[in-house]
Amino acid sequence: MNYILVAYVEDKPGVLNRVASLFRRRGYNIESLTVGHTEMPGVSRMTIVVNTDEFTVELLEANLYKLVNVLRVDNVTNKPSVVRDLALIKVAVTPANRTEVLQMAEVFRARVVDVTNESLVIEITGTEDKIEGLLDVLRPFGIIEMVRTGIVAMTRGPAPISPNPPLVEAEAHFNVHSEY
Amino acid sequence: MKLTGAQIFWECLVRQGVKHVFGIPGGATLPIYDALPEFPIHHVLARQEQGAAHMANGYARVTGGVGVAIATSGPGATNLVTGIATAMMDSVPIVCFTGQVSSPLLGTDAFQEVDVTGITLPITKHNYLVTRPEDIAPAIREAFYLANSGRPGPVLVDITKDAQQKTCEFDWEGSEPHVAGYLPNYQPAESVYEQAVSMINAAKRPIILAGQGITLSGASKEVIELAEKAHVPMAMTLLGIGSIPASHPLNLGMMGMHGEAWVNKAIQESDLLLAFGMRFDDRVTGTVSTYAPNAKKIHIDIDPSEINKIVHVDISIISDLRPAVAKLNRGVQKSDHQEWIDFIEEMRAESKSRDILNIPDNDQLFVAHVIHDIWKYTEGNVVVVSDVGQHQMWEAQYYKHEHFRSLITSGGLGTMGFSTPTAIGAKIAQPEKEIWTIVGDGSFQMTLNELATIAQEKVKIVIAIMDNGYLGMVRQWQEMFYDKKYSATPLSSPDFVKLAEAYGLHGIHVNKRSEIQKAVEEARKAPGTVILDFHVVGEDSVYPMVPAGKPLDDMIQRPKNGN
Repeated sequence: MNYILVAYVEDKPGVLNRVASLFRRRGYNIESLTVGHTEMPGVSRMTIVVNTDEFTVELLEANLYKLVNVLRVDNVTNKPSVVRDLALIKVAVTPANRTEVLQMAEVFRARVVDVTNESLVIEITGTEDKIEGLLDVLRPFGIIEMVRTGIVAMTRGPAPISPNPPLVEAEAHFNVHSEY
Repeated sequence: MKLTGAQIFWECLVRQGVKHVFGIPGGATLPIYDALPEFPIHHVLARQEQGAAHMANGYARVTGGVGVAIATSGPGATNLVTGIATAMMDSVPIVCFTGQVSSPLLGTDAFQEVDVTGITLPITKHNYLVTRPEDIAPAIREAFYLANSGRPGPVLVDITKDAQQKTCEFDWEGSEPHVAGYLPNYQPAESVYEQAVSMINAAKRPIILAGQGITLSGASKEVIELAEKAHVPMAMTLLGIGSIPASHPLNLGMMGMHGEAWVNKAIQESDLLLAFGMRFDDRVTGTVSTYAPNAKKIHIDIDPSEINKIVHVDISIISDLRPAVAKLNRGVQKSDHQEWIDFIEEMRAESKSRDILNIPDNDQLFVAHVIHDIWKYTEGNVVVVSDVGQHQMWEAQYYKHEHFRSLITSGGLGTMGFSTPTAIGAKIAQPEKEIWTIVGDGSFQMTLNELATIAQEKVKIVIAIMDNGYLGMVRQWQEMFYDKKYSATPLSSPDFVKLAEAYGLHGIHVNKRSEIQKAVEEARKAPGTVILDFHVVGEDSVYPMVPAGKPLDDMIQRPKNGN
C-alpha cells in the first residue's frame, strides 16, 4: 500500500540526492516526493509517498534516520491528516463544449486559470482521488497537457507534526518499535 | 592567527591525535603536501590509493581508533573507492581525504576532476565537499566524530585546491562538531530488557550469535559473563572471531557457509537466538525462510536499520552492546543447559571425525595443515590479517584466536588484495605486535605493489601465501556447481621468493609439512618482512559448505578419510 512519510531535512546542497540515492539503492519505489521550505530557517520538509509494506516502511524510516542530514521522520499514513496534491490540466475545448467543461470544473471546485479559443487551463487542489475523478471526466474532451505537484501532508489539530524536538522523536520511535 | 587551509588541515589532524597517515600526493593535494613537513605526522607513501585506504583500515581495526587515508582528485579518489566500500561493509572507522579541483572549476570536467562525493555517497557514513578554508576544521572534526561513534564507518572529506591555498582564522574551539540529525546511541526502555531477560531465563536451547559488535563495543567481558551465568554456548560470525577467546569452553566456533557443522546445527535446533552485534548476513543464515525455525530471536544492535532487515526478531534492543548486555546480566538467572551442550558436543564429535587434521601427512601440503601449524608455532599469539577466499575460511577454522582484535579480514565486501596493505597499516599502528598475513596467490597478486611500501617503511610482517595455482574459491564453486569447468581460474604466479628478493625482502619456499616449523621460526626471527610461499595442493576444497540458497544445516561435509 501507499505510505506517506514526512521528513525534516537540513537545507544543504546534495540532501535531496542523499534521500533519492537511499531509495534507489535499497530498491524502494517512490510514488511521489516533494520538497520545500518550512517555518524553520535552514530546514526543508519532504513529503514522500512510497508503495511498500509495513516492515519495509519501518526499515525505510530507520535508513532515513541514518542519513546525517535528516532531522526527523514521521509516518503520517494512519494519522488524521490533510493530504493535498495540486494539478494543472490543459484541456482542449470548442465553443460548443466550453460551458460543459466549465461546469465540470465547478463541480470539482477547480479553478480556471487560463482561457483561449481552443483551450482551458484548470487548477485543482485536493486528494489524489479527487484529481483522478476530474481527469476522468475531462479525458473525453482531450487533455493537451497535465502537471502535478505530488502529495504534501499535514496532521490535523493544533500540534505540530510531532511535539518532540528532532531526534527525541527518533528515540521515541525506536523504543516503541522495540517493544512489540 | 591566520593559517592556510593546508595548515589548518594538518593542525586539525594533529589535534585529533593522528600520528600516521597513508596516501599518495597529486596535483590537487600539492598545498597539503607542501605543508606536511611542518607537522609531527608520519606520512606512509602507498603505491596505489586502494592500498592507502586498506592501510587506514588495518590501522583502525587493530587499535579501535580512526585510520586516515589521503588521495588526490580524480583517479586518486576513484582508487580509494574499493577501500572505502570495504570499510563501510565492515563498519571500520576511517576518514579519507581527497583533493579536488579549485572551486571555480567544479562541474567543468576539469583535468582530474571527478564527483567523488557523488561516487562515494552510498559507501560512506557521510561525506563533505569543502570549498572554503573556514569549513575545513568543522568538517574534519565532524568527520572524526561521525567515523568512530555509533556504528563506525568511513567518512570522506573532499577539499578543493583553493580551499587548501587560501588563508583564514583558525578556530578549533568554534569548530566543535554539532550534528543535529545524528544520534549515535539510543536508550531502550526498561520493559524491553525485562522481556528479554524472561525470554533468556525460559530458554532451554539458547545460543549466542557473537558478531563484530562485541569487539566494537568492547563487550567481551559482559558477553562471557552472560554466557557463563545463563550457560549459553556462543557461535562466532567471521568478524566476531577474536571477540571471545577460542579456548573458552562455551565458544563453539564459526557459524555460516563454511562454519562448523555442529555450530550450524546448534543454531537450527536452538529455541532462542541471542544475536549480539551481528547482522544476519546471507553467508551466515543460508535460506532465511528455514533459518532457526523454532527459535525466538533477540537482536541487540546499535543500528536501528539492521533490525528486521533480514530476519524478523521477537525483541530488538537498539543500543550499544556493552551496557545492554550488562543490563541483561543483572536480571538473568543462573541456569544449567548441560543437556543442550552435550547434544552439541555429540554433533561436534561426529564432524571432527571428518576433520582434515585427521588426514595423515602424506607429504602433500594442505592449507588446513599449514594454518594449523602456523597457529601452533606462533603459539596463537599473532595478529592475522587474512585475505579473501579459501584460505580465509581455513584461517577462520584452524587458527585459534585467543586475543581481542587478533583477526582482521574483509568480511562484508570480500575484497581480494586486502591483506598486504592492511597488515602494513596494522603494523605501523602497533609495531610491538607480530603481524602475519594469510593470503592466496590470487589475492596477493592484486596488491603486491605494496611490497615496495613495506621495503620503504622497513615494516616487518610475515606474508604466508597459500599458493595453489588457482583462484581457489571460484574453482571450488566450479567443481561443485559448474561441472568442474575451470574457466579462468588457473593462475600462474611469479617466483614469490625471487620477488621478495627483488624488493630487498626475504622469501622461503615450503613444499612439505615437515618444513613448516623451520620456515615459521625463521620468518619470525628475521629482522625484515618474510614471504613464505607454501606450495599447497591445487584442488582442495573448504568443508563443510552450505551451498548458497540452501538451509543452514544442509551442508556438504568433507568425505570421511578423504580430502
